[in-house]
Parts: sequence; structure tokens; C-alpha cells
Amino acid sequence: MSDLSGRHRGHSYYEANARGRITHLLDAGSFREILGPTERLTSPHLELLGLPCAFDDGIVVGHGRIDGRQVLIASQEGGFMGGAVGEVHGAKLTGLLELAVQERPAAVLLLLESGGVRLHEANAGLIAISEIIRALLAARAAGIPVIGLIGGVYGCFGGMGIVARCCDSLIINEEGRLGLSGPDVIETTMGVEEFDAADRALVWRTVGGKHRLLLGEVQRLVEDDIAAFRSAALETLEQPIQDLSLEALEAEHQALSARLTDYGSCQDATEIWSQLGLHDPLQLPLLDIQSFLKATCKIGREGA
Amino acid sequence: MTVEALMKQLFPAGHAVQIQGDILTGSAMTPKGTIAVMGTANHLAVGVETALALADFVLKVVREWPGRPILMLVDTQGQRLSKRDELLGINGYLAHLVKCLEMARLRGHRLLSLVYGEAVSGGFLSFGLMADEIHALPDAKVRVMNLPAMARITKLPLAMLEELSSASPSFAPGVENFLQLGGVCSIWSDMLSEQLANALGRQAAGDQRRQQGLQRLGRKLAHQVSQSVTACGPGDG
Repeated sequence: MSDLSGRHRGHSYYEANARGRITHLLDAGSFREILGPTERLTSPHLELLGLPCAFDDGIVVGHGRIDGRQVLIASQEGGFMGGAVGEVHGAKLTGLLELAVQERPAAVLLLLESGGVRLHEANAGLIAISEIIRALLAARAAGIPVIGLIGGVYGCFGGMGIVARCCDSLIINEEGRLGLSGPDVIETTMGVEEFDAADRALVWRTVGGKHRLLLGEVQRLVEDDIAAFRSAALETLEQPIQDLSLEALEAEHQALSARLTDYGSCQDATEIWSQLGLHDPLQLPLLDIQSFLKATCKIGREGA
Repeated sequence: MTVEALMKQLFPAGHAVQIQGDILTGSAMTPKGTIAVMGTANHLAVGVETALALADFVLKVVREWPGRPILMLVDTQGQRLSKRDELLGINGYLAHLVKCLEMARLRGHRLLSLVYGEAVSGGFLSFGLMADEIHALPDAKVRVMNLPAMARITKLPLAMLEELSSASPSFAPGVENFLQLGGVCSIWSDMLSEQLANALGRQAAGDQRRQQGLQRLGRKLAHQVSQSVTACGPGDG
């Protein structure tokens, strides 16, 4: 069995690619890929458009172990079309979630990095994301925990932002971004006055890991280190499974209603942080993770 | 078609559906009994308030009328694009609606959708696409993005995309394309109330969209790829 402290301290999650993340997250040598690149399963739509294809269509799926426990794992490759979901990419993920119901692993780990629907095969991509959502919730209904990890260059947006929030629990780093419409999409459509996507500080305090934790949209904020993600995933595995019962969803409903009532008129994340009773909200983005968690530990986090 | 005209055709025996701020909630009589009706009108963009209002209705139906079928009437231009919605975590609100619908399904509520206006991206994902069966009127507009916008973003020539759209249903908007891909189950051209009664009479049979996409030759790989993954036991990785 591997140690809980993580065996590969010092590997940035943000900078790693899809395969590197899997390698360092799971027990050494335990990963076995399903439909790997040797199968040369590529997108027929990209081929039709004369565009470059990837032999894994931008997602790696397979079996592995974490601290000796059997898991299924999927990892989206931001380096290929921003991790966007096309027909094949989506079907690999849906298949993995359906496999979970048969195999009953300790968990399904989803390493999410995606801009959402792949616009080059938009119609197939949209349906594929809907299929992922249904398969994910079916796995949860069968009692399999689904844990999402977010922290790559491209963040987690579009339909995959909805998929993320269908997981039992989410782990994010400070660099991780989670939302629905990306800042550049909002700027392009609604104008720079609505959302200035070039204002990096604004982007991070609106959709970044720290704000998502304070809001209760994610459960764990970790250093940008794959070992830290591993420890957080193991911690999450120790928790009771979040069920999809009427009572659980009524509780979520109350929390989301309260959030809208309390912060619905806020224009900036710093206003929300201030209302949460945090001292010196303007300083929060500057704090390192440990200091940030210490400064905000009194906040009752939804669903944490 | 306006939503009022639509409901007149769908529910000749009458309905009690309220329209408030372009959000529809209520009930209707059908030959198969009373059903719950929810949805959107006037191409409403789904923001945090809309998602919460629809989720509120789903929770109420599950609490007060266990097992009652839910019909979703879809007309949405997509998710609301705003910094404020993102600040509040709009993806969490849409996911909440999705989870409420799944919970209703798990508790035996039949879920049906009818796209009568627009059905676009995140707005469509958050409710209409969650149904056991998704149907559409012939003039419904189902899309992610139109071809000129796609040409701009993908930097591919518009003429090329237009030409390819006749060969593949994955690119251009349109209800026929979504039908071919399996994303729409069938198109209801007439006899809406009969079509609804028939759909209510069928049993939910899991997510059939990949099989339908394959049968209709719109998505030739999705079914096979997901099956290949599920066929991989722990020893065959």
C-alpha cells in the first residue's frame, strides 16, 4: 500500500498533461488504460473537417488503484482542443461511468479539464454531454461515489461545468476555474463592459478555486501539487456517500436559495467575501493556500 | 407556435399551467391522467433564478404528487450569459435542476420533453435533455451554434461548413440533424395530444440516444465506443 502523504510531491497539477496527472495520482504502475492510443480511435468529424486528430480523442480512461483501492479514472487533455467534448471523447467517458455500475469500484475519479462542447462537432458534443450527465447520475444512484478534480490550464466550463457539479464532491487548486460560460465567451457575446476577460484578477476571483470554495461550489481547495490532490481524494473517499434523495436535494435547494438571497445583488466576489464576515477581502487572492484556509476556516461551507 | 396555442393542442381536456416571467409550471389533463407541466417560453435564457424556480417545481411535484409524469416544454436560447450568474455559480444551479429531475426519475416519475421553440446548449442541457424521451415540433430550432459563428470560432471557411453540413448532421443546427443523431427521439407534426398520450403510455427504457444515433446513421461511433469501454473488465484493460 502506498503512503497517504503522496509519493510524488512536487508535481504541478496545473502544468501536467492528462496522462501525467493519472501517473502521479494513482498508485505506481497501477493504471491500465481502456481504448488507449494504439486503438487509434479518432474523431470522424474532425477528419471530415481536415483537422488534426488525437489517437485518444483528448481523454484517457481506465482502471487503477489509489492507496490500494480499485478506482476507475478519466482524465481530459486540455492540450487537445481545450479538452472539448466530441462524440468519441464523450462516449469514452459515458462508457466508463456505465462500467462503474457493473464493476463497483471504490470511486470514479474525473480529472476535468474542458471548455465544454467541441464546437467542431457541436451537435454530437452537446448530446454526448447530456449522456455523460445521465451516466454519472446513474452511477451515483447505484452508490458509486464520483469525485471531480479541477486544476488545469483550461479550467472546467460549458456543459462540463454542469457535469462537475453533478459529482459527489469536488477538489480544486487555486489555479482551477469552474463555471458555465467562460469569461471570453461572455465578453465576446455581451461586451467587455459585462466581463473583461483580460482582467486576470477579476477572472480568478470570479471563477477561481478560492471563490468556489467560499461559495460552497467545491469541497476542497489544495496546493497545486498532484500529491495534494491525491491526499484530498483519499480524504474524500473516507466520507459518507452523498445520496440523490429528496431530502438531500431539498437541503441543496435551501442552500442555493439562500445564496441567491444573500449575494444576488453583489457585483464582485469581494462583496460576497465581505458579507461572509471575512476580514480584508481584498487580500484573500494574495494569500497562499494554507494562510487562505486558516483565514477562512470559520466559514460554514455548504455541502462540505 | 405560441405556448398558449401549443397547450391548447396538447391538452384539449384542459390545463392549469401558469406562465410567470416566461417560466411555465402547473398541471394538465390527459387521457393517461393528470400530468405535471414545466418549461420556458419566449426563448428564455436560463439563469440562476430560472433554474431555481424549475427545481422548486420538480421538488414540489415529487413531494405532493408521487409518480406523476412530468412534461417539459422547451423554448430557451441557452444559459444566461452574465458575470453575475457566473459569480453566483450558475453551473451549480443548473446541475441542481438536473439532479432534481434525475431524483424524480429514480422515484418513478416519467420525464418527457417537447421542444416547441428554441433549444440551445446549457439551457437545453439543464432540463429538456434530461427526459426519457425528447420530442420536437417540426419548426423547433435545436442548436449549439449557427454556422457563421462556428466558422468564426473554428476559423474554417463558411462555404466548407455549409457543404459538409449536407453530409453530416453534427455541424449545422436543425431538428432533423438532432433526430438523426439520436438527440431527438421523434418529430411531432400533428395530433399532438395523441402523440403525448402514446409517449405517456410507453415505459422508460434508459438512455436510448446512442442506439438511435447509430440506427439513424447520425452518430456512428458513440454506441460502439461506450460499449467497448463497458466490455473492459478489470483484467482486460
